[in-house]
Amino acid sequence: MSAIILFLAVIALIAGWWLSQQRLTAKPWLEEGPVGQFPGGDAMTWPAAKIGLGVFLAVASALFVLFISAYSMRMNAVDWRALPVPRLLWLNTGVLVLSSVALQWSSVAARRHDAEGVMIGLLAGGASAVIFLAGQLLAWQQLNAAGYFVASNPANSFFYLLTAVHGLHLTGGLVALGRTTAKVWRSSKIADMRLSVELCTIYWHFLLLVWLVVLGLLTGWTDDFVNICRQLLS
Amino acid sequence: MVDIPYDRIADIPPAEVPEVELYHPRSWWTRYVFSQDAKVIAVQYALTASAIGLVALVLSWLMRLQLGFPGTFSFIDANQYLQFITMHGMIMVIYLLTALFLGGFGNYLIPLMVGARDMVFPYVNMLSYWVYLLAVLVLASTFFVPGGPTGAGWTLYPPQAILSGTPGQDWGIILMMSSLILFIIGFTMGGLNYVVTVLQARTRGMTLMRLPLTVWGIFTATVMALLAFPALFVASVMLLLDRLLGTSFFMPSLVEMGQLSKYGGGSPLLFQHLFWFFGHPEVYIVALPAFGIVSDLISTHARKNIFGYRMMVWAIVAIGALSFLVWAHHMYVSGMFPQFGYFFATTTLIIAIPTAIKVYNWVLTLWRGDIHLRVPMLFALGFIITFVNGGLTGLFLGNVVVDVPLSDTMFVVAHFHMVMGVAPIMVVLGAIYHWYPKVTGRMLNDALGKFHFWVTFLGAYLIFFPMHYLGLLGVPRRYFELGDAAFIPPSAHSLNAFISVVALTVGFSQMVFLFNLAWSLFKGEASGGNPWRATTLEWQTPETPPGHGNWGKELPVVYRWAYDYSVPGAGEDFIPQNQPPRATQVVQGAAS
Repeated sequence: MSAIILFLAVIALIAGWWLSQQRLTAKPWLEEGPVGQFPGGDAMTWPAAKIGLGVFLAVASALFVLFISAYSMRMNAVDWRALPVPRLLWLNTGVLVLSSVALQWSSVAARRHDAEGVMIGLLAGGASAVIFLAGQLLAWQQLNAAGYFVASNPANSFFYLLTAVHGLHLTGGLVALGRTTAKVWRSSKIADMRLSVELCTIYWHFLLLVWLVVLGLLTGWTDDFVNICRQLLS
Repeated sequence: MVDIPYDRIADIPPAEVPEVELYHPRSWWTRYVFSQDAKVIAVQYALTASAIGLVALVLSWLMRLQLGFPGTFSFIDANQYLQFITMHGMIMVIYLLTALFLGGFGNYLIPLMVGARDMVFPYVNMLSYWVYLLAVLVLASTFFVPGGPTGAGWTLYPPQAILSGTPGQDWGIILMMSSLILFIIGFTMGGLNYVVTVLQARTRGMTLMRLPLTVWGIFTATVMALLAFPALFVASVMLLLDRLLGTSFFMPSLVEMGQLSKYGGGSPLLFQHLFWFFGHPEVYIVALPAFGIVSDLISTHARKNIFGYRMMVWAIVAIGALSFLVWAHHMYVSGMFPQFGYFFATTTLIIAIPTAIKVYNWVLTLWRGDIHLRVPMLFALGFIITFVNGGLTGLFLGNVVVDVPLSDTMFVVAHFHMVMGVAPIMVVLGAIYHWYPKVTGRMLNDALGKFHFWVTFLGAYLIFFPMHYLGLLGVPRRYFELGDAAFIPPSAHSLNAFISVVALTVGFSQMVFLFNLAWSLFKGEASGGNPWRATTLEWQTPETPPGHGNWGKELPVVYRWAYDYSVPGAGEDFIPQNQPPRATQVVQGAAS
């Protein structure tokens, strides 16, 4: 459970920093009058949707970190046999990076009020995300064909589970991306779309980051790191 | 509807609320059923939670019938008994208390108390309710599937939760997991709304330190729930896969019905870690909104500002943070590394400090207050006493050496019913008596309310105080019948019968409350906008019940904190949060 405790420590730092800006030491019973007389305490200038996404990313991160916690606890058992990661995953990773880049492109284009660029970026991002998902399914099929079934070893179970959870999050993102694309299609005012495009981009970058961490875990790259952490903690 | 735009020459800093396009319902369906108005969603949440809560109440009667009079009721067998305890626990903790405090009170009170027109994401808020309803329906459906609901106990520990021999192994456990997963998805949608609304939609002048403690409690509890529920989600998904696909995340190798099972190598302890990583914060997810609400009830009905407001806020935040570091005190006898127990015992005892600060501050708020013993106040006082009682036995169980012999006895059952059953329910009931006039425009009947309080309060003590004694005797929990064990004297059996009679009485007194709710809706005395003469914004709405958009044409502006009661020199014994200082001075001048 040390991974989730570390994660919570980070969340606590962020929350503590934010709270420290909120004048929690004020004596509100003495502060009667318009709030202008007393600095601090305003809402953030970010749009609500962006903060909503931020909170959601924290929740989704907690979910993945908990899966990772479970993974690192379960992998110590004697029956754990790491499975060979299909090569296809590297290709999929590349496609997911492309998807993220395309959405970043779209985001930049929205800032420049370039409607065509936004559309191209969104479509390219969406298409490559779909290809990524198809690639993941193909990887599942390859593993299945090679006899690595979901229940035959906990390492296999975690592989299917983690990729599935990540894929489901991406599928949810595709719904949001589809709605944004439809909005851009209908409307000529790019300024109204900028926020939606930006939110999709942030979510895509987040999922790319999650995928890289999951991939590191599944390929065993992070084993050394995990071992170092474990030694430090014990 | 357009909110006040930012006026550069005003002495009030930027409008914290940008212009809002409010959703307008077009038909009866979108107004009352698929509504995006937080107030309607709140009532939907509250009604659904109460309905499934009634099922849990009936289950508790059946359990008490069996425990009090074993062998008398042939329609209760051992399997059913296990199913009753499981469903009673799960419904009460998650589908009733969590949903009612956050989905019910959170939806109703947050926008009104912070001076917003609605939640920031009304559509997501609506989805949240419908997913919750689906979760409740899936849960309720387990009563009708072959094999019935799961009987694994509300903690659903593997391996027994999914093995044959445990009732509900076919469908019950699968649907229970599915229902929990749905609940968490629905809650996350709602939780995002509660958090972002408090962060972003506060009206002008409503700084964090001017928020009523109710909002602080619900806000902190929501943040905790958003971080804790994923642990239950992970545990549920993995247990579901163990059951459905035969994976071995949690399942060790074992012999089932004389045959070696397909499972092997899994760790039941891992499940317990995940479950309690959610399960302990869950206690405070229920308790913090209760703390907040009770602070407001006490202050309003004692006509006194809350004592130590800052300390109350800090304590809420501190409890929220600490509650993530105590989970393994539920696992002293689980076989985990024994020295962990001492770490978790220490953190558990530390959490008593901010909690005690809160209790002292409630008592000091009451001290020399102008106490009006109205029904909400009675319930608030009942809460303080019950919570202290339940908290003290928590100190027993938090210590490893005391916990070990008391584990899995009725002492534990008595402890958690006092601290997170009776105490929060007291607050729920007090809060309903307090805010019912705002929701409906009518007062609840006072005589019926007092009857309801005294039967519930005294009855709860008659039920749970003797239960501690049974636990000290060593009477185990979750047992269908006690048999002829030598260490259980005949008096324990008579005590069990006594508890059952009281439990049935208290249960039926809740019907009086339900009658009161229905009767007062039509026949209750008209309440007016602010019957308790309270300061917080929800009592200052132009209409009662508040209309769509809450505030008429203009949002309120806040000039003071939420607890200006009995201010010396003021004309009235309360000053609403939206009353400008000048107006107070005029009143003060008139008074002098």
